[in-house]
Amino acid sequence: MPVFAALADATRLRLLKRLSAEGSLSITRLSQGERVTRQAITRHLYALGGAGLVHHKRQGREQIWDLDMKRLEKARQYLDHVAAQWDAAAARLKAFVEETER
Amino acid sequence: MIAATSSSTDRIEKVVELKATRSRVWRAISSAKEFETWFRVKLDGEFAEGKTVLGQITVPNYEHVRIEMQIQKIDAERYFAYRWHPACTDPTVDYSKESTTLVEFLLDDAPDGCVLTIVESGFDRLPANRRAEAFRQNEGGWRGCATALAKYVA
Repeated sequence: MPVFAALADATRLRLLKRLSAEGSLSITRLSQGERVTRQAITRHLYALGGAGLVHHKRQGREQIWDLDMKRLEKARQYLDHVAAQWDAAAARLKAFVEETER
Repeated sequence: MIAATSSSTDRIEKVVELKATRSRVWRAISSAKEFETWFRVKLDGEFAEGKTVLGQITVPNYEHVRIEMQIQKIDAERYFAYRWHPACTDPTVDYSKESTTLVEFLLDDAPDGCVLTIVESGFDRLPANRRAEAFRQNEGGWRGCATALAKYVA
């Protein structure tokens, strides 16, 4: 699943925030306090994993998940980059119409 | 002054207040000749719904960058939308099979002129893997282009 699709979901964003704040967490821990089922959480984690945003490893009977900071940061940087281009284009449009206003 | 940006994980929105009449701004957006001037691109034709307009960026050092605008909707003095491949294009890569983003210009009245909202959306449909050219550090403009996309989304 592409990165931005992975991010465009409230539950997935919450999971990412928790991993960002608390470090590596098991599915059990991640499911605590969530209204979504553990199965759904697992599906979401795999979706995030598919986009390279999180990784997991087995620890005993649990799967421990953690955030891939670089991937998330790169996604953010990419959007910032495109946004900056629009800032520049909008500024040029503004200068153009305001200076040639008739 | 660029008034505001609202952020989301898969879209970019810019709101700009312009001290010019709505019809003046509409002309700047919807007329290819005027669009070329401020966008800094050389276009191969006029904008029309359903038409694909090819362009070559005229920003110094980025003259190799080509864009392809698939015009979606033209609603006089209100709305102009097109689809394209975001950032720039690498001439060695075939983008025809990849998803496009949607760029929308929405125009409305404002006390001192008009207000333009620019939205680019659909980043969630970009592919995870992309070939890249070398990333060049540079100021402003179309830095990185397809490379940025490839590195940041792959």
